Formats: sequence, structure tokens, C-alpha cells
Amino acid sequence: METRPRSFYVLGAFFVLFLLFLYGPTFTIAILSFQGPQGGLTFPMRGASLHWFFDLFQQQAVGDIWGSFRRSFVLGLMVMVTTVIVSVMGGLAFRKRFAGNVVLFYLVITALVIPSILVSLGVGLIFSQAGLPIHWASSGFGSQLTWTLPFGLLIMFAVFNRFDKSYEEAARDQGASNWQALRHVVLPIIAPSLIGVALFGFTLSYDEFARTLLTAGSYNTLPLEIYGMTTNVTTPVIFALGTLTTAFSLVIIGVFLLTVWSMNKRRAKQGSDAGKGMV
Amino acid sequence: MRAGETNRHLTGWLLASPLTLVLIFFLVLPIAMIVVVSFWQATEFSIIPAFSWENYDFLFGSPVTYRVFGNTIKYALIVWVFTLGIGFTVAYFLAFHVRTQTWQIALFLLCTIPFWTSNIIRMISWIPFLGRNGLANSALISAGITDEPLDWLLYSDFSVILAFVHLYTLFMVVPIFNTMMRIDKSLIEAAYDGGASGFQTLTNVIIPLCKPGIMIGTIFVVTLVMGDFVTVRFMSGSQSANVGRLIQNDIALLQYPSASATAVVLLVTVLMVIGILLRFVDIRKEL
Repeated sequence: METRPRSFYVLGAFFVLFLLFLYGPTFTIAILSFQGPQGGLTFPMRGASLHWFFDLFQQQAVGDIWGSFRRSFVLGLMVMVTTVIVSVMGGLAFRKRFAGNVVLFYLVITALVIPSILVSLGVGLIFSQAGLPIHWASSGFGSQLTWTLPFGLLIMFAVFNRFDKSYEEAARDQGASNWQALRHVVLPIIAPSLIGVALFGFTLSYDEFARTLLTAGSYNTLPLEIYGMTTNVTTPVIFALGTLTTAFSLVIIGVFLLTVWSMNKRRAKQGSDAGKGMV
Repeated sequence: MRAGETNRHLTGWLLASPLTLVLIFFLVLPIAMIVVVSFWQATEFSIIPAFSWENYDFLFGSPVTYRVFGNTIKYALIVWVFTLGIGFTVAYFLAFHVRTQTWQIALFLLCTIPFWTSNIIRMISWIPFLGRNGLANSALISAGITDEPLDWLLYSDFSVILAFVHLYTLFMVVPIFNTMMRIDKSLIEAAYDGGASGFQTLTNVIIPLCKPGIMIGTIFVVTLVMGDFVTVRFMSGSQSANVGRLIQNDIALLQYPSASATAVVLLVTVLMVIGILLRFVDIRKEL
């Protein structure tokens, strides 16, 4: 093996430091969440126990964690499904130029870069002036979509820019209708990327805070609940919650990655019939 | 022929209609509403739909506004410098020094994992690190660098900027890494063959070719920092303010017209910054 230049080691060390910087604090609170019952928010550890995790399950101690978790989970699924469907349709629309597509494109970019609190404030104002009650499943849901749809659409742009159109043309040459070509050729090919869009949609929603702040109504989502806890909870129970939600996010990513991996594997097994023809 | 044309536009709009409807109802109308409400008046109990310049008069007449906007821009600039420096270096390492694609993807994923957990959790996780009795202070004291705990580590501009860099560097890494991966390696070889040093290749070949990625990363980081209000609140211990905090304070006091006026000024500022940045990059071409 050829020797690597010195810059490789310098940059490699920099990269490791960067990872430590990214992961260090999260590891710290993961460790601190196992404090003993007398432990505080900082080191040193006063014993080790699962006390603060048990504390989470005692509802009156820290508010409605499980209710807010359930709402965040349901909202995440709603946003995920909507984001996948709407992004695919949007991605398909943008494959061909249509009148006004540039305006719509810049609207999407605006949705992406606009400060979240403005969406939150504006949607809250609209609902209150129209006399509609704000609720996480209506105003909160819509506010979150202004953040997840642009991400989903940008992924779809990337996907369709790398899409080999000859597969689709081949299907049409064989007599497939537009719908059949979409259903049996295009969608199966882009399916693994849709998992990525779904993952983005779910986790962006599950962690969304600023856009939900003024639009969730009287029932909190989990990030809002955590936000409330930071102002009045001074025990490691908040670290325990942080550790649990982080673990939950990791499980979700794991499931998604595993799905993509198994889809790719199945495709590799069945996709190509090269060499299996009549020889 | 003509029919085919109409058909194409119609299909396009039909497919894009759910997207368009969401954006109209939850983006365009709310922004319009904010602009309208910014001209309304408010009492302690209610908002009155009557036109007035009052909110803007107050906003532009108050020295607090200028200080807070100054602070917002200061945060944005400093965070931009750090995220760009770190983001570029990390992307460079991944794109040009990691040789196999499998490793590139694996290391890249490793960088993105922390991004998938709650921002607020990531913020509060700095507290046991930076506090008076935190890890950083204990380490500094036991190493004999200071005698007393450093108070400026937490609840200061330092901790605000640190948290921003922690939260947003990834938004710089991703687009820069993306453009770097598309650089034709033969261009770099050509530079070396032409006698350029490593540094010359970097400044004359790689950085110019990465400009679109740098611009997109900049747009993300600058807009996220300018609109943020949670990080500043947590990490400064409510001792510093930026525009987002100003808006949030007004909202907490139910002063919606005044919050809206500040929001309009913030929006105009952000859109102007984006407008300038977009002159350097054709975003549609980069996707």
C-alpha cells in the first residue's frame, strides 16, 4: 500500500476532533442520565441507577410526556406520508417545464429559508383571525409541511436528475401507458430514495420545535414538552428523556437503513437477468 | 401540437397542486397576514385592525432594535466563518482523502447521526460540559491552566456561538461535500502536472469549483442563525438577544402587531441576504 501524505493524518485528526465535538455532549448527558437518586445536572456522578428513567414514567412528576410522545409520533407519521406523496408528485411535475414553474420553485426555496418563527407566527395569526382553533393536527401539521416538503422536493430533484430515462422509454416502447410506466418502472426504481424522503419527513417533524411553537394549541408535541421542561425541571430526569428520545431516533434510522438495505439486496437478486437467458 | 402544449402545463400544475396549495395556505397567506398585522394597533388585551405606522415608528425609533439587529448579524457572521472553516475541512477530508466510496458513505453517515436527534436536547447537553462545575472547568483546573472556574464558558456569547456551530456545521458539510464529489479528479491532476503546489490547487481549482456548495451552505447557516431564538435563549441564559428573541418576547406579551413589524423587518433582511447570495449561484443547476 502506498504511503499517505502527511496532510491525510492532519485532516484525519481534525475529522476525529469534529466527531468528538459532535458526539461528546450527547454522550455526556447519556452518562449523566444514569445518576443515582441524589445526583444533579453535572458531574460528579452520585451513584448509578435507573432512577431518572423510572421517574419519567410517573406522569405527575414531569408533565404529560407520554401524551406528547404519542402526538409527536402520530404527527410524524402524518407528515411523513404527506411529504412522500406530495414530494413525488412535485418531483414528477418539475421533470417537465410548465408555465410558472420558476415562481413555484422560488416559493419552495423561500419556504426553506424563511425563519421558522415567522411561519409559526403567521399561521397562528391566520387561524386566530379566522376563528379556527389551533391544533397540532391542523395548524401544526401545515406549518411542519412548509419545512419538510422543500427538503423532500430537493431530494426528488436530485433523484430525477440522476434517473435514467431509457428505462421508462423502454416501457413505453413495449406499449405501457404513462400510468403503467410510472407504476411499474419509475416508482420501483426510485423507491429506496423515497425511504430517504420518508426518514427526512418523519424526523424533521418529530424534532420540529419553532414552527410548532405557536401552532400546536393546548396539546404539546414532544419537543414543546421538552422545551417546557428545560425551564422548570432541574433534575437529571430531563437527561433521561434526552437519552430515550435520542435512542428512539437511532432506532428509527436503523429501521429505515435496514429497509433500504434489504430492498437493494432483493433488487440485486431479482433485478438483473443477465446471463440467465436462453444460452 | 398546441393541445400537447396545454396538456403539459395542465399535467404539471395538477401534479404540483398539493405542493402549491400547502405553500399558499401555510406560507404565502401567513406572511401576508404578518405584513397586514404589522400595521395594526394593540391594547393590552386585544389587537385592533386599524392602519397605523405606530409599530414601525417605535421599532425604528428604539436603540434596542439597532443593538439587537447588530447582535444578530454578529452571530451570523461569526458562526458563518466557523461553520465554513470546519465544514470545508471535513468535506475536503471525506471527498479527497477517504479513498473508497463505502468508507466515504460510512463516515458521512457518522457525521449526520447527531443531526437526527432533538435540537433542544443537543443544546442542553452542553450544560454539564460548560457549567461552573462542568467537565471543561474541571479539566482546566486539574491541568493547572486556571485556578478558578471560568464563568464565561456558559451563558455567554461564547456558548451561544459554540452551540450554533455544533448545530449547524452539518448544513455546510453536506452541500460542500456534494459539489466536491462532482469535481472531475483529472482537473486536480492537471493542476499538479502544470506545476501547481497543493495550496495553489486548493485556491485556484478546488475552492472555485466548490463555490456553489459553499453558497448553498452559507444560505442555510445564515438564515438558520438569523431566525433562531431558542439557542440564543438557552445558551445565553436569556442574557443576550437577537431578532428572533425580540419577536418571541413580543409574542409572549401578546403584542402581535409589534411582533409582526419586527418579523417583517427580519424577513426583508433575510430575503436581501439570500438575494445577494443567489447572485453567486444558480441554485436550480446545482440540484
